[in-house]
Amino acid sequence: MYRKDGESYYVVDSHIALWDARPENQRNVHGKQFIDCFYDYHRNLSPESETWGYEEYLYQGGERLMRDVFVDGIVDHAIFQPARLAEFYHRGFGQTEEAFALAQAHPDKLTYNHYWDPRDGENGLDQLRANAERMQLKGVKLYTADWHGESRGWKLTDPMAYRYFELCRELGIRNVHVHKGPTIRPLDRDAFDVADVDHAATDFTDLNFVVEHCGLPRLEDFCWIATQEPNVYAGLAVAMPFIHTRPRYFAQIMGELTYWLGEDRILFSSDYALWTPKWLVERFVDFQIPEDMTEYAPLTTALKKKVLGLNAARLYDLPVPAELQLPDADETATGPREPAAADLASV
Amino acid sequence: MTAVLPDLAVTEAEVRAALGTVVDPELDEPITDVGFVRSVSVEGRAVEVHLRLPTSFCAPNFAWLMVSDAHGAVSAVPGVESVVVELDDHHDSDLINRGMAAGLGYRGTFGHEAEDSLDELRATFQRKAHTAAMERAVTALLRTDPAVDVAALTLGDLPAGERTTDALLRRRATLGLPVHDAAPVLVHDDGTRPAPAQAELVLRRARSVRISVDGNAHFCRGLLTTRYPGSEADQAPRPEDRPLLPLTVSKGTHP
Repeated sequence: MYRKDGESYYVVDSHIALWDARPENQRNVHGKQFIDCFYDYHRNLSPESETWGYEEYLYQGGERLMRDVFVDGIVDHAIFQPARLAEFYHRGFGQTEEAFALAQAHPDKLTYNHYWDPRDGENGLDQLRANAERMQLKGVKLYTADWHGESRGWKLTDPMAYRYFELCRELGIRNVHVHKGPTIRPLDRDAFDVADVDHAATDFTDLNFVVEHCGLPRLEDFCWIATQEPNVYAGLAVAMPFIHTRPRYFAQIMGELTYWLGEDRILFSSDYALWTPKWLVERFVDFQIPEDMTEYAPLTTALKKKVLGLNAARLYDLPVPAELQLPDADETATGPREPAAADLASV
Repeated sequence: MTAVLPDLAVTEAEVRAALGTVVDPELDEPITDVGFVRSVSVEGRAVEVHLRLPTSFCAPNFAWLMVSDAHGAVSAVPGVESVVVELDDHHDSDLINRGMAAGLGYRGTFGHEAEDSLDELRATFQRKAHTAAMERAVTALLRTDPAVDVAALTLGDLPAGERTTDALLRRRATLGLPVHDAAPVLVHDDGTRPAPAQAELVLRRARSVRISVDGNAHFCRGLLTTRYPGSEADQAPRPEDRPLLPLTVSKGTHP
C-alpha cells in the first residue's frame, strides 16, 4: 500500500522475474548478450541512485527480491512472468523452482505465472496440464521471440498455439501476458509485429491478453489493435522508467494509452529486476501530463489507482480492501475513449 | 575494350557521404546521423566499414537492410574496387558478415528463415515514415493557425520551404504519392482522402505513429551511447527535435 497526500493506492507489480544470468548459467555468447542488453536498458533509463553494479544485476535470489520488491510495504502483490531462454542459459533464464517456492512461501504477496511454447508440441500440452495443477496457474507469460532449436520465434496464430490457448481456456488460465520481442521468424516481416495478438484476442474473447511494454517499439500498432479488442490490455513494463529519463515521452505513452484503451486496461509493472518498483510508484503518483500537451486530459487519481493495482487485481482476483476499490469507468468498449480531448491543435 | 579510369583516390569523406544515403528504416534517419557507423577505413581503392547497433538483439532484418544498403552505396562510389561492410557485436554478426562477404543475398544468408524478400518490410516503414511526416506537417500548421480545416488541406496550403513540408514531399515521392499543390495532405496509406468526419481519427492515429517513431529514435540513440561510450560524438541532432517555430529572442537587459 502506498499513501500520499491523503490517498491510498493498492499496488500490484504485474511483471517481475527471478533470473539467473551468471556466467556459469550462460550456455553461449547469446546468454551474455541478452543480459548485457538488459543491463544497458537498466543503466540508460535508471536514476543514478537506482543504478546497480553489473555483478549484482546478474542474479538477485529470493531474499533480495523480497526486499527490493516489497521495500517500505509499497507493493502489495507481485506476479512472476518468467522467460525460458533455454537456448541461452543452461538452467533457463527465469528460475522456475526458486520463484515458485518463493510464491508458495508468500501466497499473499506473490503469484507465479509460468510459460508455454507451442513448439514443445503434444508433450508441452501435457506439461502445461501438469504445471497448471501443481502451480495453480492463473496466467502465463509468452515470449514469442524465444529461440527453440532451428526456430527463432513463433506467432500466437500458429495452429499449435491455438491448441495451447484452448487448453488454457479449459484449465481456467485466463491471463495471457504476451512479450513481443524481436521475433526472427518470419524474417520477412516486422520482428515486433503485434498483429497476431489481434487474431488471437478475437478468437479467444474469454482470455485476457496483456501485451507487455504496451507493444513498444510498436505503440501505434498496439493502440490500434487494443482499441478494437476489449480483452487486450497494456502492460507498462519497460515503458515505466521513461518517467525519469523522458517524462514528455512517458506522458505521450500514457496519453495515447488512455485515449485508445481507457483507464481500466493499463497495468503497472517494474519489470523487476530490470528496475525496482519503489521509485517508479512514487514517481507515477506524482506524475502529471505537462500542461502544454493539451491534446491529453490530465491523469486523474482514479486512473493512477487503477493502473497501479486495481486493474491487475481484477484480472487476478486479488483481495483489495473494500474502501480502496473503484467502479469501472463508464467508457465505450471499443474505439477512442475521450474524443473530446482530441485537440488537433496540439502536439 | 577496357575503359581506363583516371587514377582517382577514394576519400573517406566520399565514403561517409555515400553512407549518409543509407537510412535506418525504423527510425527514418541516415545511419551516419544516429551513430551506427563505427569506422571507415580507405586504403587505395579498398574500403572497409564497420557498423554498430544499440543492442545485440536489434531486429536482424533491419540490420541486414542497413548492412546491405551500406555495401551497395559504398560500392557505387567512383573508384571503389573492393568493399567490406561488417556488422559488429550483434547476435547475427557472423551470419550476416559471412553472407555479405560471400554475396549470398538475403535468402542465401538466412536460409529457411527468409521466405521471399524484405521489400514489403521496407515498404511498411516507408509508409510509417510518410505518416509521421504528414502528422508533423499538419501539426506545425495547426500551431500557427488552429482554425485550419485539416480535412480540406492541400499541399499548396503548406508553407513552402519549411522543413516539415520538404520532409513530407520527400516521403510522398518515395511512396509515389502526388506532390502537386492540389493534392490532399491528409491521406490514407493508399493516397486516398479520408471522409471529413474521419479526419480527426486519421490525424490522431498518425500522431501515434509519429510518437512511436520519435520515441524509438530517442531510445535507440540513448542505448547506443550507453553501449558505446563516446558514440554521442557521432550522432547528429534529430531534425524533428528542432523547434517548429522561430524562437523569440529576448531583448531583456544583460546583467
